[in-house]
Amino acid sequence: MKKQKFKVDKHILTPKHLKLGEREKAQLLEKYNVTSKELPKILKIDAAIKELDVKPGDIVKIVRKSQTAGDAVFYRVVADV
Amino acid sequence: MADIISEYEDKLPAKIIGDIKNSIPKGISDSKLKKIMEAVYGEYKTAKVHPGESVGLIAAESIGEPGTQMTLNTFHFAGVAEMNVTLGLPRIIEILDGRKELDNPMMEIYLKKPYASGKKIEDLRHLALQIRETKLKDISTEFTISIADFTIEVKLDREKMKEIDVTTGKVVDSISKQLKGYNIRDNRESLILKARSKEDSFNESYKTKEKIKEITIKGIKGVKQVLPVKREEEFVIITAGSNLADVLQLEEVDAYRTTTNNIFEIEQVLGIEAARQAIVNEIFKVIESQGLNVDVRHIMLVADTMCVSGTLKGITRYGVVSEKSSVLARASFETPIKHIINAALVGEVDNLNSVVENVMINQPVPIGTGLPSLAVKLQKAAKEK
Repeated sequence: MKKQKFKVDKHILTPKHLKLGEREKAQLLEKYNVTSKELPKILKIDAAIKELDVKPGDIVKIVRKSQTAGDAVFYRVVADV
Repeated sequence: MADIISEYEDKLPAKIIGDIKNSIPKGISDSKLKKIMEAVYGEYKTAKVHPGESVGLIAAESIGEPGTQMTLNTFHFAGVAEMNVTLGLPRIIEILDGRKELDNPMMEIYLKKPYASGKKIEDLRHLALQIRETKLKDISTEFTISIADFTIEVKLDREKMKEIDVTTGKVVDSISKQLKGYNIRDNRESLILKARSKEDSFNESYKTKEKIKEITIKGIKGVKQVLPVKREEEFVIITAGSNLADVLQLEEVDAYRTTTNNIFEIEQVLGIEAARQAIVNEIFKVIESQGLNVDVRHIMLVADTMCVSGTLKGITRYGVVSEKSSVLARASFETPIKHIINAALVGEVDNLNSVVENVMINQPVPIGTGLPSLAVKLQKAAKEK
């Protein structure tokens, strides 16, 4: 059987993952008045962010396709395993 | 016109803005549009959940109450082959517990163009057979051990081999890959396996005999049954048994729509966000199939809670509940004595920040009107003077 290459980010269940820059990160924490430790986590080895080149402490912006709101934005902080 | 709408892009969800764009008449005046946007924004604000609302409690009630009306049984799948599906309450419990081993793991495999149309039924059948796991015991008639020299003889079933299209060479190949330390000889009728090491015993041979029965000759490990089904305009293969990672590698498979009902597997292959979406989809599917009506937002909240920590956590005392910071809250769920003793041993402190522990000690709970309190930054206030 021949094999094909599979890209995780193209699957219908996987929403778009984007890495936030340092400035955007500061703005986000300021806007919601939180520290990055209080954000939900995503593991560094998570399949969806393998190609994003992130290190622990970075914030990943996730744009979900929501049934109720259209696009819903969510943030997760990269955590060590 | 466009700039008035874009002004509200930060304030309103994308879906509402899309709805407005679609329903306003052409050539509407700016002042009227402004009024519409203001009115919508006002409505939206009143519909928002208030700070301090106990959303978790409402979600629990909203899912729990219809849950009492769900079936308690597992049903057979309507089709040619016998296939079980877990439905109703057992399935909901399975999802929320975050179980790794499901009662009935299933995959829905979508196919690429020439296969999906079902024009070449022969191809589809062939593909389905390639996906189903065939073990050595499925294509052989007899396993015998010769007591004289401790060799194992496997009699192969030629007809069945022809059916799934494997040659003897292939069988030998897959056995030698998965079983080390044995020489395999092919004498037309059967395969003879002999251990390379000389110290051999009947016991050892017997163990090997049982082991080789389970060797995968063809197909994808874990897929016990395949069933091509027509769904709307295309053919989909439904399987009993799940192995997402391997199926997505197949060239004939439309990998981007193929899913499984095993959420733990989705987390491994597609990441935590995909797992969250899968939880929402799976729970909603069950509730819908039972003719009940629960708002998705409640389910989303549960799914979010299960995925906050970056890994899938069930709503059990080992999962979500064990993450709670309060000793009393943990103790109030299950196994109270264990939690209290452990907390006493390490000298844990309970800050009484949440609901359950405050109910226990008869204090106002920090929800609703109990949430706000006065805060003054003393240093800053002193400086301003």
